[in-house]
Amino acid sequence: MSGVEGYMYPNEITLYWSVLIVLYPYITGLVAGAFILASLVRIFNVKAVAPTYRLALLTALAFLIVAPLPLMFHLGHPERSPEMYFTPHATSAMAMFGYVYMWYLMAVLVFEIWLDYRRDIVHLSQSTTGLKRLLYRVMTLGSDNVSPHALAIDHKVGWIVTLVGIPSAFILHGYVGFIFGSLKSNPWWNSPLMPVVFIFSAMVSGIAAVLLIYMFTAKMRKMPIDMPCVDTTAMYLFYIFILDFSLEMLDLIHRVYEADESFRTLNFMVHTKLYFSQIVLQICIGTLVPLLLLAIVQVTNLPAIIRKRIYVISGCLVQVAVFSMRWNVVIGGQLFSKSFLGYTTYKMALVTKEGLLMAIFLTLLPLAILWVLLKLLPPWPDKELAYIEAAAAPTT
Amino acid sequence: MSLFKDAGHLFRFAFLFVVAFFVFLVVRHFVVPKTFGEYGHYRAAAIGEIAAHPIHFAGHETCETCHADILDVKKAGKHAGVNCEACHGPLANHANDPSIAPPKLDTAVLCIRCHAVSAAKPKGFPQIDPAQHSGGVPCETCHQPHSPAIQTGGAK
Amino acid sequence: MNVDRRHFLIMLPAAAIAWKYVLAGTPEESPNYKMSDHWWSMLIDIPKCIGCGNCVRACALENDVPEGHFRTWVERYHVTDWDMVNPEVISPDGGKEGFPAAQVDDNGKYFFVPKLCNHCADSPCTQVCPVGATFISPDGVVLIDQTYCLGCAYCVQACPYGCRYIHPEKKVADKCTLCYHRITKGLTTACCEACPTGARQLADLKDPNDPIHAFLRTHNVQVLKPQMATGAKVFYNELDGSVR
Repeated sequence: MSGVEGYMYPNEITLYWSVLIVLYPYITGLVAGAFILASLVRIFNVKAVAPTYRLALLTALAFLIVAPLPLMFHLGHPERSPEMYFTPHATSAMAMFGYVYMWYLMAVLVFEIWLDYRRDIVHLSQSTTGLKRLLYRVMTLGSDNVSPHALAIDHKVGWIVTLVGIPSAFILHGYVGFIFGSLKSNPWWNSPLMPVVFIFSAMVSGIAAVLLIYMFTAKMRKMPIDMPCVDTTAMYLFYIFILDFSLEMLDLIHRVYEADESFRTLNFMVHTKLYFSQIVLQICIGTLVPLLLLAIVQVTNLPAIIRKRIYVISGCLVQVAVFSMRWNVVIGGQLFSKSFLGYTTYKMALVTKEGLLMAIFLTLLPLAILWVLLKLLPPWPDKELAYIEAAAAPTT
Repeated sequence: MSLFKDAGHLFRFAFLFVVAFFVFLVVRHFVVPKTFGEYGHYRAAAIGEIAAHPIHFAGHETCETCHADILDVKKAGKHAGVNCEACHGPLANHANDPSIAPPKLDTAVLCIRCHAVSAAKPKGFPQIDPAQHSGGVPCETCHQPHSPAIQTGGAK
Repeated sequence: MNVDRRHFLIMLPAAAIAWKYVLAGTPEESPNYKMSDHWWSMLIDIPKCIGCGNCVRACALENDVPEGHFRTWVERYHVTDWDMVNPEVISPDGGKEGFPAAQVDDNGKYFFVPKLCNHCADSPCTQVCPVGATFISPDGVVLIDQTYCLGCAYCVQACPYGCRYIHPEKKVADKCTLCYHRITKGLTTACCEACPTGARQLADLKDPNDPIHAFLRTHNVQVLKPQMATGAKVFYNELDGSVR
């Protein structure tokens, strides 16, 4: 059999978790990370990053809407997926997905966005016409009470929702790590650090993504970039990235030092089949380079234009690192035999239901959804908004 | 009073949740299979469905109800412990309808499967190198498959 | 003479009734089968296995196993005395057509290891199924409800023994059922039926008269990967430490 070295159990030669299962933790990671950035403003009172608050929430929502799709397309029988809601198996980590997802989508993200945007929604439902007006009317749920007292209540409730949202974001993504970390059958996955590493890498990727989207949208709208905001965001990115990298290295060092029965096999795999994606992409290019760049920004006094470029480069490299990390976990965990006697090869399909094109489509889809959300619920600061509205509807 | 009034939109949102939850409960009631949970967290009827899969190997006891004469021969020989369908293959359709003739067997393939020499086989197991052993002469020329020891005068 | 005798025998009520239930295939018509009376397992006697591949072929025929996937397979180990923990293992096409001849090797030993689902009592695969599509039946057999399975393959990942696969046409998890359709009707499994040397023995741990009890008391018997604590119920006689 081509692609097999040494001995694989005969049923192990095919990989059943494909690139879509790589994409899934990457996308939920972006959701969790973006939400944590939003909570910095709301709960931890980091005023400097306030301009990214609404953008972060909408980014989280756009990616969360897409998050279950890679799972669905990977299932042998997507039409049976509602069984997860009807008969969730209490002992299965995966069974949690349906409920955690629904909770996070409806009770956290949609609720918080609704509370935060309610005044705008009511306003827009009165200033727009036609289909758009109808849409905003539905979104008001028939209540246009935006009295100061009502808004004060919204603010308080929103604060509580964000507070609840932080552990929810951790659960949403930590459980993805748990799905892998809790399998005793697979030594590459089996680690209690797995959920923690997943959460921290999620925060890193999510914060970097919002940073990139913020800078990109500002450029598109020809608005100045709020430098204190991106500087602070980058600073948080830098520190959380250090934590994330330390945890990943702790996991690695622990494995190397412990050198249990699986070590020979996994070590060989990292030096051969995973060398490019793990050592080169994830650790060197994706982690060490941006860490170095961000560290330089922290200790020197570079001009704004250089800082912006560094942030863009670092943000992109971080995405490479986190995506490679998901790849190395998901694909790497299936490349070696559970007999520790051989290796197989992952051959990515191109146009199938689980192929490369589908993966690219599912990566771009949240960006398209975000674009629609940005049109529908502009997250820009009030004075910009007033300016845009005035230009769009001069009569009101 | 004004708290209630100014939080009215929140109740509307909560109301949507409650409605959705009840719709979910109703749908769940109709969708979950009837026997789900009878023995554990699974559809109990699945056990019966799996047990109803078709049988292909009839089992030696079924063969022996008709072919007792063969059984008598086999019982006395080295192949006493070998079940009929180990060599003859699955014959439930023949047991069901004896007019369906079992496929002809090729001893050149069949005997070698077990008895070709290999260092990996248990030491005590009879093994031969087919080329040296018979030089192409069919196995059944000397060995009767149902009682393979070569008959030299006496029985066995 | 012979033909007459066969016709006479097939008319015998006992035999006719037995076969009728075998054919009917429904558990309701297996009158004396009570799930709570059984706890199924299997015994593999490694010194008896000759690597003929009969079990693999029989399993594929009995259960319509898709090409390239295996509910049972046979591995051949070659363990050398200078590297006991890194054996050389082969299983060409799951051992379906037997194995190439091995040459006498003074440095090591050869033996065959038939593998199948261990029907674990604490099975990691049923634990992770998100919807309850795979389960341990009351008589101790790990089964899959293929009309309920999502095909998420989490169970495939969770099995430490590589016993599960996704059926390429049905798109659901598939694996050994311990020939549940046979053992519930008093037959043995297809692999045991086809094994010429008795290297495989179906066993019922709840049956006090089953020879498994005497065997377990008097032999050096182990399960695969005991460190996984899966409660595996396929017992191996004379299992070498290098097997995994």
